[in-house]
Amino acid sequence: MAEVKIYTTPTCPYCKMAKKFFQDNKVAYQELNVAEDRKSLDEMIKHSKQMSVPVIDIDGEIIIGFNMPQIKQKLGLA
Amino acid sequence: MYELIIAGAGPAGITAAVYAARKKLKTLLIGKDLGGQPNWTTGIENYLGYQYIEGPELVDKFWNQVKQFPIDIKTGQSVTKVFRLENGFQVAADDGQNYQGLAVIIATGKQPRRLNVPGEERLRGRGVTYCAICDGPVFQGQKVAVIGGGNSALTAAEDMIRIAQHIYLVSITPLTGDPILIDKVKAAPNITIFTEHQVAEIEGEALVEAVKIAPRGGGDAKRLEVGGVFVEIGLVPNSELVQGLVKLNEQKEIIVDCACETGMPGLFAAGDVTNVPEKQIIVAAGEGAKAALQAHRYLQRRAQ
Repeated sequence: MAEVKIYTTPTCPYCKMAKKFFQDNKVAYQELNVAEDRKSLDEMIKHSKQMSVPVIDIDGEIIIGFNMPQIKQKLGLA
Repeated sequence: MYELIIAGAGPAGITAAVYAARKKLKTLLIGKDLGGQPNWTTGIENYLGYQYIEGPELVDKFWNQVKQFPIDIKTGQSVTKVFRLENGFQVAADDGQNYQGLAVIIATGKQPRRLNVPGEERLRGRGVTYCAICDGPVFQGQKVAVIGGGNSALTAAEDMIRIAQHIYLVSITPLTGDPILIDKVKAAPNITIFTEHQVAEIEGEALVEAVKIAPRGGGDAKRLEVGGVFVEIGLVPNSELVQGLVKLNEQKEIIVDCACETGMPGLFAAGDVTNVPEKQIIVAAGEGAKAALQAHRYLQRRAQ
């Protein structure tokens, strides 16, 4: 099982789409709300050099935005 | 070979797909953002049937309605080019796939307008953002610049009053948004407003560090130290995929007649990508319905 982390803000539509995609595909994920959690925000910026959410971390590999083809490939979904 | 390919999965494209499915057309719906612009809309009170609904919730209902039909749906991909074939059309998607259809509906909507200044593309996602509602909270306690003078820019600035340390609002024109929003923004203690100023450059190594602005009529440039640049200067139609194939107006919207016809037989367009006035969810949905019914008629005629 891949370890999936998603950095989000509560108002971001792409974050909602990405979470829905994980739920639909029965992929377990950990959500880190960077609006509330300063430590996760710093971690996100440090690892991804990104200030736009969502940032998705699958087994340590960073995916910028809700890039469905890239996520599918990484998770081995058809 | 599909009978109908619908490019774009916003309200126009999804509605077209529902109508096409009910006409039993062999249909492909292909689009990057399932739901399109309503995903970015908070309260909707003017889509009939719902007194109040959040944009993403409405999208979810659209999705549930369309997915019950036996059509092919590809999300997460967008059509980059439409080619004319002898016997229909070929569409190329950004993942390298090609699809062929007898008729095509372009329902690709609009996307945020870019500033087209040095540094913008390189620092996109690294402090430059086109989605204030998404990324606002990321800039807690920082200085930010909001670019634009209309309602989206003013709303972004207003949202940032509570979040950012300081906001520079930079507009090339006088502020044009609703007076009530302008008053709220002007009253905030942590906003500096520059009207008649344009952005010259966005600076930064790994992340945004500053934005350079200059008076519109010429004069000395100022360098504002900011961690974020929110670009809210309107929308442009995603019509590049048919450039050269059909007529566009000055705003690059696809020119259609009242039957969603582009002038090229078999190629239809619907929703915000077209010159149809009023960019509204209910209008886009209605246009999508019309386009699908016209496409069905076109396919019937050509089968005879």
